[in-house]
Parts: sequence; structure tokens; C-alpha cells
Amino acid sequence: MSDTAAKDPKTRPSGGGSGLPGGIFGQGTPTFLTTKVDFVVNWARRNSLWPMPFGTACCAIEMMSAAASTHDLARFGMERMSFSPRQADVLICAGRVPYKLAPVLRRIWDQMPQPKWSVSMGACASSGGVFDAYSMVQGIDTIIPVDVYVPGCPPRPEALIYGLIMIQEKIRGETLAEHESLRYEDPEAVGKPKADAQDVAALSGPFGNSTIQNRPSGLVPGIPQERPGDRIP
Amino acid sequence: MSKRTVEYEVSRTPEMGMDFRPAQGPLSPSEMDDPILSTEKMLINVGPQHPATHGVLRLVLELDGETVIRCLPHIGYLHSSFEKLGEYRTWNQVIPLTDRMDYLAPLIYNCAYAMAVEKLMGIEVTERCKVTRVIMMEMDRIFSHLLWLGTWAIDVGAFTPFLYAFQQREKVYELHEAYTGARITTSATRIGGMMSDMPEGWAEGVRQWTNQFPRTLDEIESLLSHNAIHIGRTQGVGAIGPEDAVNCGLSGPNLRASGVPYDLRKDRPYYDYETYEFDVPIGEHGDCYDRYLVRIEEMRQSCRIIHQALDRLPDGPMNVDDPRVILPSKTDLMNDMESMIHHFKLVMEGVQAPPGESHFSIEGSKGELGMYVVSDGGSKPVRWRIRPPSFVNLSVIPRLVEGGLLADVIMVNASLDIVLGEIDR
Amino acid sequence: MSDERPSGFKEVQQGPEASDPEASEASTAVTGVDAEAHPTVDAARTRFGDAILRHEVMAGDEHVIFVGPDRSYEILEWLKEDPDQLYNYLSDVTAVDYGSGRPIQVVYQLYSIPLRHAIRVKAELPLSHLEIDSVVPLWKAADWLEREVYDMFGVTFRNHPDLRRILMPEAYAEGHPLRKDFPLRGRFSRAEQTRRALAQAPEDYYVPEDYGPGREFQKVRWQELGGEPEPVETPESGDPADESEHSTDPHEGA
Repeated sequence: MSDTAAKDPKTRPSGGGSGLPGGIFGQGTPTFLTTKVDFVVNWARRNSLWPMPFGTACCAIEMMSAAASTHDLARFGMERMSFSPRQADVLICAGRVPYKLAPVLRRIWDQMPQPKWSVSMGACASSGGVFDAYSMVQGIDTIIPVDVYVPGCPPRPEALIYGLIMIQEKIRGETLAEHESLRYEDPEAVGKPKADAQDVAALSGPFGNSTIQNRPSGLVPGIPQERPGDRIP
Repeated sequence: MSKRTVEYEVSRTPEMGMDFRPAQGPLSPSEMDDPILSTEKMLINVGPQHPATHGVLRLVLELDGETVIRCLPHIGYLHSSFEKLGEYRTWNQVIPLTDRMDYLAPLIYNCAYAMAVEKLMGIEVTERCKVTRVIMMEMDRIFSHLLWLGTWAIDVGAFTPFLYAFQQREKVYELHEAYTGARITTSATRIGGMMSDMPEGWAEGVRQWTNQFPRTLDEIESLLSHNAIHIGRTQGVGAIGPEDAVNCGLSGPNLRASGVPYDLRKDRPYYDYETYEFDVPIGEHGDCYDRYLVRIEEMRQSCRIIHQALDRLPDGPMNVDDPRVILPSKTDLMNDMESMIHHFKLVMEGVQAPPGESHFSIEGSKGELGMYVVSDGGSKPVRWRIRPPSFVNLSVIPRLVEGGLLADVIMVNASLDIVLGEIDR
Repeated sequence: MSDERPSGFKEVQQGPEASDPEASEASTAVTGVDAEAHPTVDAARTRFGDAILRHEVMAGDEHVIFVGPDRSYEILEWLKEDPDQLYNYLSDVTAVDYGSGRPIQVVYQLYSIPLRHAIRVKAELPLSHLEIDSVVPLWKAADWLEREVYDMFGVTFRNHPDLRRILMPEAYAEGHPLRKDFPLRGRFSRAEQTRRALAQAPEDYYVPEDYGPGREFQKVRWQELGGEPEPVETPESGDPADESEHSTDPHEGA
């Protein structure tokens, strides 16, 4: 979240070799060539998205429903569920992600080639959901970048399909002129969490989820479970 | 007093002959000392993100050629701290956690938890509630087995049964949704009853579904049961004997496929299961194919139970008349002060269970599902423990796959019918 | 039915009173001990005498016997092998922590498939000495269940073939989550937990031998250091919000 300087295309060498700023793709300014190429490339990309189903829990079952006969995800160009991240375009993270699984999720995201997008399906993947506990990642956007959040616990297959259509809409708006910033990947960030410590701490702050429920049975005397940070200031 | 009625006996397919013997197995490692034949050992990592591990199971396999000589399962990749969370929720607030644990058969888990707490509190639910829960549990047994059947078929290389199974599952989803408003995370039970009475026409919807469902099952079975590829990949694979199976703690269809007639609906009947007429299918070889046959037949028997339950569904109240657990009616709530206070206390403090503990086991779709709740008299459990059937079932996987082929690992894993949400909890 | 030693429940302070008198009557009826005697309990008493510490009946018909941790294996072996008992099916091994320094109970749920009776065996382990014999030689089902109890409660099972953490990562350094003194969200801050999670490589823990022979089981560090969580080494996250996470602030629970 703090790498805008590195992403800035002006500070980095541009593609092409025509000597113009931004090369033949006309950096920042659309040209006749780029709009037509954009259209063709985006059309091809958005209609053959191959999802990488990173299904862990309940949402994975709804993802299977979406792929099965009644809802038929294949209508939208997602005929092939790509179980190998090397041949995938969209990471659908369906279900809760514990800390033990976090490095696996990050590894799979790093293994996917550009261009790639990601969908966070369900409340647990998006925010931790009801599982505000010791073992759970509070939202996968601390681990990987997320393009679309699909709410629900679990979301219906229609909701997932809507989320994927939103990805398609996002692709429709992309342009090759911004290729460098859109497709930029920091090699230093491989295997590292997406969010820095302050972002993660903000998640577990006073307005983190289920703050009033972190007290066990009132009859068990013991160490106070409530942390000072949980109280609303 | 023997309550068991084992009439149905699964047998080998006639095409394969009654004296079917498993195909010649792979060479055991001890036979591999020939320097020309022996190969270097190799570690293969399967999972945690692998389409055929049915979740985030991770198996580390040590291979000698194609033979698995060692299998090390790693679990915990979906550890969501259910039991810890349960200690911070009131008794009724735990129910939404239960259906996120086994998302393949959520209603069975809802019911099992409610039953354990009701036993702890000494509550006997009403007849109508009992029969409703029986319908729901049997429906979800089929629901869970259908998903197993679809993924099992994919693992064996057939895609069509998956589509057929999901078509039927969609109909159960609709029934879930009609009753509870949710497709998977149902949270249908409450301590002492259900979230509401049945919606109008729901029982009729279940009956219609139960009537047409066996035809789909026949169709799927005709695709698989006598299919040479399916038979070749499953018969004689991953076999386990009855003594071993009991000693390893297998339960449910996996145990019964090994020939052990242990079904909690017959052995320790709850909810008047002894008055329903149904058979418990028992396998004899304990291999993957027998587990398949047992589950297929269980679905048919569940249909029988649903029909009987629908026939006997009594009228009357759904919830018990017990002010400790059940909220007053809205009319009372709006009209007299006592009901208002009662409602307020139940909502704000939650149900209070007496000090004590109870362990209640039911026959889940995966096996013996035990709920162990410990109370200190407060409004939250001191300990909420789930006896996870697939957790124990999965722990035998090294014994089943070691010495077999790598390709058989997938079938053995599929035949155990695991759900990682409940293994890792 | 000797009641020399009070059970874990009776030491609990009196809870909030029930809203109506009927409720409290019902609650006493549930935990009453006047249910019919269990044949196994009588047989165990005649055979082991004082080793059966006490007997309780829970929730109407659930018989619980308490055994000492030193003789638990012997008694469980007898329960499995004796032709009149034949508890051949180990349904569950788990543990219960009642908090505030009371002993942790290890719970065995036994069932006999041929004879169709069930019993629960409990062994109480003081927090200072959390060790008990493993029952894996008797029931192989106990393998993973005991590993889970070790992982979640820190109970060591002697003679267990492969006692490692099973659900939490091997390098988990925050302790044993189901203990009552373990906070719901863990001991470290979320930032630190995320950092530690991503620091582990997915390839870790292929085989237990990766750790080399004679690998020591992981201990909880602050328990060795005297009950205080050690400050977390977070070079990049030194914001005060993190520090407040694991400070032992004497905060009123209610």
C-alpha cells in the first residue's frame, strides 16, 4: 500500500523503443492504435478468464455450485477451472484462510503470471467473518491484493458470478497505456504480506469485528480476556 | 435386545465374478532389492491446494517408483478455532458456528449440538420437533453423500455424475432456503426447538423431492456401479479389516464397509430411530468400492426414513414449553411486562445451562458425531468439543495408502469422505 | 459414589440465580447421582479399589469415573481387554480446562460395540505436571486425538509415537490455544501474527526427520519464563497499538 512511488510509470523506463514518451502506446494519452488494441486485448482477456479456485471452506461448495449445471460459470468464459496457478487468470479465494494457510495463498498468488486478478469470496476471506480468533487471517487483503470482494456467508453462486462480471468490467476499462503500472510486480514483495504492520493493526483496532464478544463465561474467573485496545476510546 | 435389522447385503458385481480378487498389487518395497528395478526414493507433496484432496489437506508421500512407501498427512490448514470461539458465545450463539464446521451437512451439525445442550439441560423436545429434525438430518445425509458422490466421480475420471448430483443438491438447497433462508449456513435449530415452524408446503416439497430423487440415484449408479474403469480403480484398493477399523476408530460408512455393523441410529437410538423401518448396509471387503456401495445404499435408506417421518409428522407446537430457553410469543411480549422482562433476559443474558456436562453422539453423514459440552452454570460453555468423525477417519489414511500406488491415494482419500472444515475445526 | 473430593463443578462459585424456581429444580435433577449403577464402575472398584478416585453421573445417564494419571493406562487397558467390559471403540480423547489454576482433565469416551455400553474416563492432571500415558498402544484411534490434545492444551503423552503439533503450525510460539489463560485472539498482535505466518515457507515440515533426531518438543516460552509473555521482537512494527496487545493490563473483566 506504500509502493506508489515504485509503481509510477514516469520513473521507470517505458516499453517500446520509439523515443516518444511512453513508446508507441502513447503514455497516458490514448491513440487510435492503442484504443483498438486495447479493445481487442481486453475482449480476449475478459472472455477467457481462467479461475484458479482456491477453495477452502463453505464458499468452495458454493463455488462448485456456480460451476455445476444449474448456474454454469462456463457461460462467462470460465469453462476451465485451472487448478494450476501457472495457467490461471483469476484467483478466487473462497473460504476462510488461517495463518497456517497464508503462506500457501501468497505463494499461489506469486506463482500466477500476469495479467492476474483476484476475488475475495465470502465474509471470512474478506474480513475474517465470525472467526475473529487466534488462528485466522483477518481478511486476505493483508496477504495479497484483492480486486473484488464478494459479500455473503457464503455468497450465492449468483453473487460469485456477479463478482466475476465485475472483474470483466474492470478489464474492459484497462488500457495498455497503463500496462506498466497495472502489471507491475515488485520482486521484493514476493512472499511478503501485502499490508504493512500498521494496516494490520488497524484491522484489530477498536472497531475490529465482534469486539463485545471476547469474554468467556462470566463464571470462570481468570485472566481478563479483554484487551485495552478493544475498548472504544 | 437386538435392534439391528441388517437385511441389505452388498455384493460384488456379477460381471466380475463372485470370487473377485483384487488385481495384482504393486511390488512391495521388500521385493524391490533388485538393483535394476529399484529406484531412488522421492518425496511428493500433494496439497494443501490440490483439486483432489477435497479441501486443504496436505499429504507428503514418499515414493519408490509408483509405490507409496510412506504417507504423512498434514492437517490444520483450515484451523478456525471453533472450540475456542464457542467458549465466548452464548449457548444459542454457538449454533451458527456449527454449520460452518461441516458445510456439507449443516443441519446434522445444528441438530447434534442442540441435542447435546438439551440433554445437558434435561429438555425433551416436542414430537413435532423430533420428527422435523429427523427429516432434516436424513435430508442432509443425502445432501452430503451427493457431494461426495460427485467429487468421487470426478476423482475416478467421470464428470457427468458430478453434474447430476449437483442438480439434486440444488433442490436440497432450495429446501434449505425455504426453511431457513440460507443455502448452506442454515443455523436452523435452537435450544429447545427450531428457529421457526415449517413454512407452508415445505413438507410437501420434501416429499416431492424424495419421490424423484431415487431416479437420479439410479442413473448415477448405472454410470458407475458396473463401470469397468470405476471397478478397476476401486475394488481391492485401500482395504481395511473390521478389527483394524474398530481399533482405528473409523465410524460411519467407512466402518460399515469393513463389515462392522455399528450405526448409532440402531445401537444408541435417539429421536425414536428404533421405530423407523430402515436397513443398515454393511460391506464385506472394506475397500473403496464397498464404501461407495454403502453410501449409495444409505441414500436410499434415508429416503425411506424421510417418507416414514413425513407420514407421521404430528401437529402441535414446535418448541418446548420451557421458559428457560424459549422466548415468549410476540403477542405476550407486547402486552405484559413479565414477558417483556423474560424476553429481555433471555436475549441479553442468553440461555443458562445448569452445571454439568453431556456427551451426545449421533450418526452423522461422515460417522459418529459427538458433541461434548461442559457448563459451569453460566450462559456460555466452558468447553465445547466436537468428536470429529472425519478427523478420526482421515487418521487411518497412511495405513490405507502405504504399499499402494500413487494413483490409489486419490481414490482412498475420496472414499473416506472427509470435510476439512470439521477435521481442522 | 464417594464424594470425598468435590468435582470441578462444585468448586465453581454459585452462578447467577435462575429466573424462576422451576429452573433451579430441574438443574439439580439433571446432575443427580441417583441413577442406576453402571456394571463397569462396580467391577472397576472391586478390581482397582482406590485407584478409582470417584464416580459421577452426568446428564442423567452418563457415567464418569475419575482415575489417577499414574494408573490410567492400566485401568484403560483393563477396560479394553476384560471380556466383561470390552470397550473396543475409543470414541474420543479430549481435555477440559476449567481455568483459574484448576487441574486439566483428560477425557476418554469409551464405547463397547459388542456389549453396547459406554463410559467416560477422566484423569485430572495438575498444571505443574501435565503428563499422562498414551493409549495409542491400545487404540490406534488415539494417535491424532492425543496429538490434538497436546497441541491445544500442552498435555504430554508418554510413549506416543509421534507427538507433534497437529493443527497449529509447528513453529507456533504463542502457546496452547484452548487453555483458559490463552486470549481469544492470540498473544501476539495481528501484525506480528501475519508477519510470522508469512515468514514460514510452505515447504516446511515435509517429514518429521527434517528436524533432526532428538528434536525437542516445542515449549511455550513465557511459561518457562515465569508466566509473563515475552515482548515480541517486531523490528518493523513498533507502534504503541501493538505494545498494548500483549501488555498484562489488570483490566476488570466485566
